[in-house]
Amino acid sequence: MRDDFFSGGLRGLGRRVTDRVWRLGFAARFLLATIRYSTVAFGRFGLTIREIYFTGVLSLIIILVSGLFVGMVLGLQGYDTLQRYGSSEALGILVALSLVRELGPVVAALLFASRAGSAITAEIGLMKATEQLSAMEMMAVDPIARVVAPRFWAGVISMPLLAALFSALGIFGGYLVGVQLIGVDEGSFWSQMQASVDFREDIVNGVIKSAVFGVIISWIAVFEGYDCEPTAEGVSGATTRTVVTSSLAILAADFILTALMFRGA
Amino acid sequence: MNRATLDLWVGFFVAIGLAALLFLALKVGNLASSNVGETYTLQAEFDNIGGLKVRAPVKSAGVVVGRVADIRFDPETYRAVVSMKMDARYKFPRDTILTINTSGILGEQYIGFEVGGDTAMLKDGDMVKKTQSAVVLEKLISQFMFNKAQEDKK
Repeated sequence: MRDDFFSGGLRGLGRRVTDRVWRLGFAARFLLATIRYSTVAFGRFGLTIREIYFTGVLSLIIILVSGLFVGMVLGLQGYDTLQRYGSSEALGILVALSLVRELGPVVAALLFASRAGSAITAEIGLMKATEQLSAMEMMAVDPIARVVAPRFWAGVISMPLLAALFSALGIFGGYLVGVQLIGVDEGSFWSQMQASVDFREDIVNGVIKSAVFGVIISWIAVFEGYDCEPTAEGVSGATTRTVVTSSLAILAADFILTALMFRGA
Repeated sequence: MNRATLDLWVGFFVAIGLAALLFLALKVGNLASSNVGETYTLQAEFDNIGGLKVRAPVKSAGVVVGRVADIRFDPETYRAVVSMKMDARYKFPRDTILTINTSGILGEQYIGFEVGGDTAMLKDGDMVKKTQSAVVLEKLISQFMFNKAQEDKK
């Protein structure tokens, strides 16, 4: 009885671990196949443009509005704290650095994962459930080349642009609240910002971060869709997994990238 | 949706995305101001650089004329060697004295150039020997306290 309990639990644990490792290996192989077939995504660029419309352009509203509000909140909170130390002119630095380095790439990536990543997974999963992918294979069209690669590259291209828009709108929101509403001096707001935001150190690193997040989100989204069980339940489970896994992966990757980029002074 | 509208929207998206990047680079970052064009390098030895950081400004008469490019420790003289990238438009006399100052009481530290009267100018790669170390606030306070105590004894 007890033996059964333990060996059953152990067996279950072992199965789950090997299952995860197997899935990771499959995902890695899948990414390689996607990259190998990406010549199709660029050769027939119309396909990719269509996907950029669905992932990038349709995410614009949520990215722009949340960027504006995040920047406005940063302006209020930052001013509240900085004025205690009599340095409310440093508001520009605070808003710009926190957006360009962290909040822009990370929050835009989280929004992008839930807005566009889930949609990609659901679409590919439904294609699989309705046997459209098998039909393509039957017609000697590789679904990875025709369906997966354009969606992957559309995500990778859209993400840095969306993150840059998020940061720009956020800084504008911080400017609206800090300068126009509260009355921080406009000149020192911009000049202190320019003096301490470095192009190479801060902005380029932020863009690199968002590009890495774009790869992570698109990879997880297309993989979960391609790998899902071809049932209604399977598609919904895969969509949930896309959002959860890519959010966790973004935050973990953000820690690693930050540790690599901003070590020391 | 037909192809032309799709292309139009995607083109619009890419254009405003790139515009946002340009805004970040020029208006938020220092791309416009940091690449002043030609620079030349000067080096200086300090006994103590305090909290000076790489990329700290180099100022003369309050105007930024360069940036700190590199800070290292010389194991032979036990002094700090600071190299600075100077704006090539500005030349300074050979007997210029370099000091490490603080903007405000707790602000960022920068290198100040106190211009001398020599007619020969500093050239690319020159080492400036006449320097004044950073004022360490703790030392200053302890000196003050020490003097005060001595005065009280008398």
